[in-house]
Amino acid sequence: MQKFTTVSGPAAPLLAANVDTDVIIPIQRLVGSGRTGLGPHAFERLRYREDGSENPDFVLNRPQYRGSPILLAGANFGCGSSREGAVWALMGMGFRAVLAPSFGDIFFNNCFQNGLLPVVLPERAIRRIAAETEAAQGAGHTTVDLLRQVVVTPAGEEIPFAVDPRKREALLEGFDDIALTLRLRDRIAAWQAADRAARAWAWEPVRR
Amino acid sequence: MPATLFDKIWDPHVIADLGGGWSLLHCDRVLLHDLSGGRALQEIGESGYPVACPDLVFATPDHAVSSAPGRTADTFPKGGQLLAGLRRRAQETGIRLFDLGQDGNGIVHVMAPELGIVLPGTTLVCGDSHTCTNGGVGALAFGVGASELKHVLATQTLPQRKPRRMRIRFEGQAPPGVTPKDMILAAIGRFGAGAGTGHAVEYAGSAVRALSVEGRLTLCNLSIEMGAKIGMVAPDETTFQWLAGRDFAPRGAAWDAALGAWRALASDDDAAFERDLAIEMRDIAPQITWGTSPEHVIPVTGRTPDPATAANAEQRAAWEAALAYMGLEANAPIAGTRVDWVFIGSCTNSRLEDLRAAAAVLRGRKVAPHVTAWVVPGSERVKRAAQAEGLDTVFRAAGFSWREPGCALCVAANGEAVPPGARCVSTSNRNFVGRQGTGARTHLASPAMAAAAAITGAIADVRELAA
Repeated sequence: MQKFTTVSGPAAPLLAANVDTDVIIPIQRLVGSGRTGLGPHAFERLRYREDGSENPDFVLNRPQYRGSPILLAGANFGCGSSREGAVWALMGMGFRAVLAPSFGDIFFNNCFQNGLLPVVLPERAIRRIAAETEAAQGAGHTTVDLLRQVVVTPAGEEIPFAVDPRKREALLEGFDDIALTLRLRDRIAAWQAADRAARAWAWEPVRR
Repeated sequence: MPATLFDKIWDPHVIADLGGGWSLLHCDRVLLHDLSGGRALQEIGESGYPVACPDLVFATPDHAVSSAPGRTADTFPKGGQLLAGLRRRAQETGIRLFDLGQDGNGIVHVMAPELGIVLPGTTLVCGDSHTCTNGGVGALAFGVGASELKHVLATQTLPQRKPRRMRIRFEGQAPPGVTPKDMILAAIGRFGAGAGTGHAVEYAGSAVRALSVEGRLTLCNLSIEMGAKIGMVAPDETTFQWLAGRDFAPRGAAWDAALGAWRALASDDDAAFERDLAIEMRDIAPQITWGTSPEHVIPVTGRTPDPATAANAEQRAAWEAALAYMGLEANAPIAGTRVDWVFIGSCTNSRLEDLRAAAAVLRGRKVAPHVTAWVVPGSERVKRAAQAEGLDTVFRAAGFSWREPGCALCVAANGEAVPPGARCVSTSNRNFVGRQGTGARTHLASPAMAAAAAITGAIADVRELAA
């Protein structure tokens, strides 16, 4: 997992609600592919025209938002499929943080697993950042600071945000979750032994 | 203290309190499929972690396998490579794999309840968001991404925060033509595609008690389309009768012990839910989606929305974009809209009862000449049972293609797709842009409504076709 401390740059606005992970990365791009190389396919159904050329009307194709590290999104961003490829595609496109009023639950967890920071902010704060960025015509930079837990808008205003302390630490340190859990190996084994005695019926597959 | 069904399963599965609201949760069952299963096993192997409890892991190919009659693993070559990887690694790690054509193979959320792999009171995870389906038997089941899947395989546990609890009660008798699919679509339409975010949803009320287990699986399946990664129905005598004798269900003394535990799972009468919602069944008519989010849903007698009446600029833009993508006029009746494709299948609606409901509408009728109609049974066992009672003959006689089990046109990951611009009435779960193929236009509905669309050649009210 990539560590995350602070990220700064223009914030690209994609403010529609309910942007699903199918739109972020079509499933066909994930059949037999790896975690890398998905960036060019992120949002491909919005980003390109039928002939494969770029759609100039799609906001992320506008010059001032190319390579933006921060995505401003609408409510329920990343809803739908559990495909972690949605996170890999966004990171492949250069994003390190997504600011939205709410997120799909599975997508939200997947973000932290890879070092993409999902930040929940009120809709009006997101609109303000979008407006300030637009007004500055690409010169306005937003900063997402995980150490101080603030978003600094292009106009310099600081908006505090909440982040789960466990996830914050994992992002700052780049922890391996599996290794952390395996430190509790003995407790897991003890729980399982007790459960097999108490709920033998739940362990039937082990006998068959 | 009074507790909900959800709490009664969650709490005893907590191995350790990790602080800050986090729990290390035991996962009693893990399901793998071809799209991500082989890779997850490969990656944990490369990291040097063995599979913690291979006996508790079950694999089946479903996503990237062709549904063509006579298909083999390599009919869709990219899927064949994924399946080859899953086979090899399942064998190396001692994980049971239900391969193509074998009894037990099928869509992962169809075969798991069918084989008794998932049981009331158990926890289950799978790298697929529709894992919530399995909550229909009274399990705590949820979908995870690739990283969390690897964590579960390596440790049989997952660090999780406890979600909030939501209950939706469906009260009263189902009106004619109203199926579990219509119930859950109506709930999503009323409460929104993000209403369940951060919640575990329990479906309750007299109308849910009256449902078969298959109907409850359909109900729970669309929980994720309301934003909730967990949906559940309290197990009862209906559940126990349905589960008895299934392949991996307990037997003998273990069955009796299980029944004792399962009978105590229902939410206590005075248990508290952070959100408690109710829907009267008499207010539900057969549903059909018009747009590109499951919340874009109306009764089949309804009209598409008028963006001029939207609550705000975002909703107006979303409605306009959805109408444009779907090729529909604003404020127009949805019934009568010409249809090119019909798909009956998916982990939502591919079980025997679903096929029976569609066949009942199709019997003695023909699919409209311009419609391509597919039926994809959810599992090998569903396929064989349907054939044994002659349903395949009914579908074929009507003009449907009778196909092999898998996800097929629900997710279009197997080389099969609805063509660009074509309009499909589908019994699946997502009407997202491009979900059934680039440019494909999806209308979600029940199996009976899909059958009605197939023979009418247009979106139709199944109640007007009653046999």
